[in-house]
Amino acid sequence: MATDTTIQERMNIVIVGHVDHGKSTLLGRLYADTGTLPEGKIEKIQAICRQQGKEFEYAFLFDAFLEEQQQGITIDTARTFFTWGDRQYIIIDAPGHKEFLKNMVSGAARAEAALLIIDALEGVRDQSKRHGLLLSMLGVKQVTVVVNKMDLVDYREDIFQAIEKEYREFLTQLNVVPQYIIPASAKQGINITKISPETPWYTGPSVLDSLAHFHSETAESEQALRFPLQDVYKFDARRILVGRLTAGKLKIGDRLVFSPTNKSANVQSIEAFNVDPPPTQAMAGQSVGITLDEQIFVERGHIATHEETRPLVSTRIRANLFWLGSQPLETQRTYTLRLATREVLCEIVAIHRIVDANNLDDRQTQATVQRNEVADITLRTKSPLAFDLYASFETTGRFVLVDNYDVAGGGIITELVADEQEDFRAEARERDSAWVKGDVGAEERSRHYGHRAAVVLLTGPDTTAKSFLARKLETVLVAEGRHAYLLVGENLQRGLDADLHEIKAEETVRRFGEVVRLLTDTGSLVITTTNAFPQATKGIVQTVQTLVNPIQVVTVHMTKDQDGPQPDRDLIFAGPEDFDACTNKILETLKQKGILAEPTGSQPSVQFSI
Amino acid sequence: MKHIRQLEDQSIYILREAYKNFDNLGMLWSMGKDSTVLLWLARKAFFGHVPFPLLHVDTSYKIPEMIEYRDRLAREWRLNLIVGQNKKALAEGMNHEKGRIACCTALKTEGLKQLLDEKGYTGVILGVRSDEDATRAKERYFSPRDKNNDWDFRDQPPELWDQYKISFPPGTHIRIHPLLDWTEINIWEYIKLENIPFLDHLYLDQGTGSRYRSLGCAPCTSPIQSTSKNVDEVLIELRNSKVAERAGRAQDEGRGMEELRKDGYM
Repeated sequence: MATDTTIQERMNIVIVGHVDHGKSTLLGRLYADTGTLPEGKIEKIQAICRQQGKEFEYAFLFDAFLEEQQQGITIDTARTFFTWGDRQYIIIDAPGHKEFLKNMVSGAARAEAALLIIDALEGVRDQSKRHGLLLSMLGVKQVTVVVNKMDLVDYREDIFQAIEKEYREFLTQLNVVPQYIIPASAKQGINITKISPETPWYTGPSVLDSLAHFHSETAESEQALRFPLQDVYKFDARRILVGRLTAGKLKIGDRLVFSPTNKSANVQSIEAFNVDPPPTQAMAGQSVGITLDEQIFVERGHIATHEETRPLVSTRIRANLFWLGSQPLETQRTYTLRLATREVLCEIVAIHRIVDANNLDDRQTQATVQRNEVADITLRTKSPLAFDLYASFETTGRFVLVDNYDVAGGGIITELVADEQEDFRAEARERDSAWVKGDVGAEERSRHYGHRAAVVLLTGPDTTAKSFLARKLETVLVAEGRHAYLLVGENLQRGLDADLHEIKAEETVRRFGEVVRLLTDTGSLVITTTNAFPQATKGIVQTVQTLVNPIQVVTVHMTKDQDGPQPDRDLIFAGPEDFDACTNKILETLKQKGILAEPTGSQPSVQFSI
Repeated sequence: MKHIRQLEDQSIYILREAYKNFDNLGMLWSMGKDSTVLLWLARKAFFGHVPFPLLHVDTSYKIPEMIEYRDRLAREWRLNLIVGQNKKALAEGMNHEKGRIACCTALKTEGLKQLLDEKGYTGVILGVRSDEDATRAKERYFSPRDKNNDWDFRDQPPELWDQYKISFPPGTHIRIHPLLDWTEINIWEYIKLENIPFLDHLYLDQGTGSRYRSLGCAPCTSPIQSTSKNVDEVLIELRNSKVAERAGRAQDEGRGMEELRKDGYM
């Protein structure tokens, strides 16, 4: 093989299609006919075949497991390497058996382009279509179709054309335009590495030549910046924010805003080891580290962008999802959603329909999504999620669901579904963008007070002694030397809300939330209850969370009915009960959440990593 | 060299995911070219620091220069080096003459298992590559091992985009493979690009017309005929070679690797 040319780029290609349509054979033939196999490889496999008394097949070259060779099927994807021209290809051989769809998906998710194989004798089958559908969902937009086993139909043009027509129509519905549709026989080596006389009616390239027509995907750096934060390091004096740019570029001096917190700061440096001179900018695809000119609160999962091109934020999204879990996907159950580096709990609100790969028009409604099905769903996250629509940004427009330790499904986001916090979120975003800061930062206040700013919000029905517990908590915290303040909602009505002549629940809650926000900006621990808002308790927790974001809100619910259903809170107490014990539990929770350090008196010694 | 930087970015991303998500993490270092590149990538990912221990399973049959090199880099790069050894098997006289698979299983697989059990690692980073061997071609980046260290290759969990398996039941652990997409040529391209110190006395021809292409235990690893005296010459040699990299590694013969790896070999 001609390998004197230096490699210039690399590309991942996946081979997919229905079981037994000849994927592994095509791969074996491609390697054998280009002289890419290691010396003695064919002889070694031939010897094993003789031993087992069966005919040699090219497929055996990459089906590594004994079981795969015995059953004549591929169980799991294999990565093989292949250099042609100035490109290094990683060719991923994916299994076609329905049972191993999760392995096919794992292989195809890494690919930039696909070869989709269809058996000329059998025609378009279940997995031919399902794989086509999944490729479009996985973001593999470049597809070349190989109609294989043409030797079994005497290289007839009419049979090829019928398959071409049927499959092209199917792909059109998925908005996929195949680059080429190639008649071939992997077993006989027809049209694999060169065009053969058996198909004089075919004028396109061979399979090998078609690979060069796939283009390497580098367009993301032309998009707006997406920098999902992976971690924050403090190995030495530097506080380095690390992550991989999934789109766009950034440079020293850029103003970055982090979503969903709306915190912002400027890029001070781009850090790198063994790079001289140090970089001044970074592009999509790069794993980088940056420092900021200001110590703002950022953590894994936040997405950094430029100010004018922020991602969307909501707790509700609509998505197309493929499910690979061993248990069916159900509504009313909690799953972990992972989008870029963000991890958040979520619940499926609605399963709108199941997408049938064999009949894209006929979609059916079902209560659950079974393994290997594709569904159109709406889900709700427990806290606000920053994301993009898949049509605009690939990496921040898709997510996985985790069930029982494993990645069990993948989705692409089709729509933002407005939630009830939409207006408050917009208000907080605009307020934070324009917020004028003093010279004392949040970290300095934390060091001084020995704790971070936070909110403790007590909820529950009347006569559960919420305000009694709130008073006690304030007393204990202040006695410990903390900067705590009990905000009594009723006090606002007489002053701040005196201009509201009729009761406007939403406006009083908004004002309440803004006052809490202001107090947390002083570095305080704000303790408060929902007592002043008997008619608005349902949305008040969310509204306070939205308006004080990203300050933590510790929610405590006092219930009269301990056996009944409880709201989603950090702590639930039967009220009234042992207030000393309740206070201690709240203090414990504040410590667990990293809000309180151990009692420090007037000389705090703890460094807060904010 | 764009393709090398792409590989570097991907490997650094994986290393940082491992560091973020595993409390008890270790990295295997055999002093060979691959795991040394992995160690270098860790220094890049963590800006000159290596924030987890490096584990070496010492079979006692390693080539002496390898141990010297190990201790020198550990000092210079301030590494937390932990050496494990199956002392019981060695005391009972285990060596390759008792059977290569038996020896590898006792001194490497079992030695590794003892080290992992003793320290309770939940994540172990290894420098295996897909192009080394057909079973390694079927690995995930984050690959679970059960309580007995076994690899259930028949039922591997899905791996989607850059979302890896970072949660697992108690008692099991995850093998992390940041170099899966690198080829032997890519490793040498990167060594050259970054000027990484490697065991040049072993990997390059010192005038004898031979060099090691892959390093393991002295009795079971043989040098290949080669006159490559620097990295450029190694690259030219590899681009024109059709001999498998691990051809000099005796334990790979027959179905050796599938058997070994199913039971927890690296």
